[in-house]
Amino acid sequence: MTTQSLTREAAHAAVADALRRVVPDADLESCPPDVNLREEFELDSLDWVEFVENLAKRTGRRIDEDDYASLETLQDSVDFLSRPGR
Amino acid sequence: MAALSEFTMPSLGADMDAGIVLEWLVKPGDAVHRGDIVAVVDTAKAAVDVECFTSGTVQEILVDPGRSVPVGTVLATIAVPGEAGPAAVPTALGGTTASAQARADGDGHLVCSPLVRRDAARLGVDLVTVHGTGVGGRIRREDVEHLAHPGQASGRVPEVPAAPAARRRVSPYARRLARELQVDLAGAAASAVDGAVHAAQVRAAAEAAATVTSAAPAPAAGAREIGAAQRQAAMRATIAGLMARSKREIPHYYLSTTVDMSAAMSWLRDRNRELTVADRLVPAALMLKATALAARRVPQLNGSWRDDRFVASPAVHLGVAISLRGGGLVAPAIHDADALSVHDLMAALKDLVARARTGRLRGSEMSDPTLTVTNLGEQGVESVFGVIYPPQVALVGFGKVLDRPWAVGGLLGVRPTVCLTLSADHRATDGFTGARFLDLIDHLMQRPEEL
Repeated sequence: MTTQSLTREAAHAAVADALRRVVPDADLESCPPDVNLREEFELDSLDWVEFVENLAKRTGRRIDEDDYASLETLQDSVDFLSRPGR
Repeated sequence: MAALSEFTMPSLGADMDAGIVLEWLVKPGDAVHRGDIVAVVDTAKAAVDVECFTSGTVQEILVDPGRSVPVGTVLATIAVPGEAGPAAVPTALGGTTASAQARADGDGHLVCSPLVRRDAARLGVDLVTVHGTGVGGRIRREDVEHLAHPGQASGRVPEVPAAPAARRRVSPYARRLARELQVDLAGAAASAVDGAVHAAQVRAAAEAAATVTSAAPAPAAGAREIGAAQRQAAMRATIAGLMARSKREIPHYYLSTTVDMSAAMSWLRDRNRELTVADRLVPAALMLKATALAARRVPQLNGSWRDDRFVASPAVHLGVAISLRGGGLVAPAIHDADALSVHDLMAALKDLVARARTGRLRGSEMSDPTLTVTNLGEQGVESVFGVIYPPQVALVGFGKVLDRPWAVGGLLGVRPTVCLTLSADHRATDGFTGARFLDLIDHLMQRPEEL
């Protein structure tokens, strides 16, 4: 899979979509960009794997376990996804 | 003459006294097979898909949707064909001939063997789309194979209705549900477990559609969903009743130990590097497997307390405590967890959690856990001492995986660890047995590659 960097808007939309598939009523708009997503939306490890799975599927990007630390907040996630892939 | 079998309101757990039929998925005259989901029953905790345990023809539906009836009430009668003589044809079937019956009403009630149904389910083939080449249009296994792998099997390729949605692997029940909920199957996600679209995905798509437009589609006839607030209150009352009974009747004893998780965590890390994100494992999969294996080897903790004595279970059906979004708790079972590989256990866990939260659980999952595990560590607590679910006799708790100072070989290091606890029924076992059980889980966790 070729990984292209996304625009920040596209990255934001991808995160919002991936999250809403796990937590249908998640409201990212009113969520500060620097809060921890797992804590804010009470994601357990299965929810988290599902979120990452959704994100990988939607963006076509490979996301390893080592990358999880780069996805902790909305801000981090957008930064990560809008950086050029390896 | 056919014998009549009664289909009764099942007991879906020790906490259930009564239930409401939300919806019938069969009607008089329908052929049913053992294991088919025939009705959706609402308990205080969840809407549950209920399977029937006999094969035959539905004779009469005795309880209408929406009525609360006690456990054991006869809901419907099923005519079971006798060994000799013709089966009684219910009047509802009218003059349906055998060959006409073979294609039935085009609604999934097709004449085919259980084996064919199982094949179809395994291959994700909707039987409605299968062209039967057997006697009287009867669907044979080859017909299902043809549709699943066109051109692979020998013989002619059957005509397949070229409905676009039929190209996706959709379970028959999901297809029917999609029709009822007016969900476009093209918009439904596929299950992470097997890539097919199941009922849970259809419901998720329906919910997503309902949140977009507040004008939700009209509910299926007869389905009367209980309001969210009412369900909350009912769920709370059910948990209150069961937990109060547990603490009133069960003399709990509690044990705990700290397990070194470094071997397990590094094994997971290595495994997950090779796996696609959909197949990645979480520590809970190892914890459940180790617990299931230990339960098999210490059968005194795996079973139920009935009539003043302990009854060991020959199988390990591991209950998993799942918190529901919006509050409440269910603890459905993963059947024969000790026999599943870690990967299959992971898939089963994901499926169970998804169905508990968005879809429906099955009756058998609700009624027969033999030992329950709670993994509250996910929410950040170091340890959890749970309350046993009667009539079970033990509950295993895993806390959060935490880095702690750890002395090994006279040196102090930092290792990932988890606090493992046991709440057990002192009527059934003594602390000695409980201690052996925890020690066994600890040992198993040190060799994750053998789990």
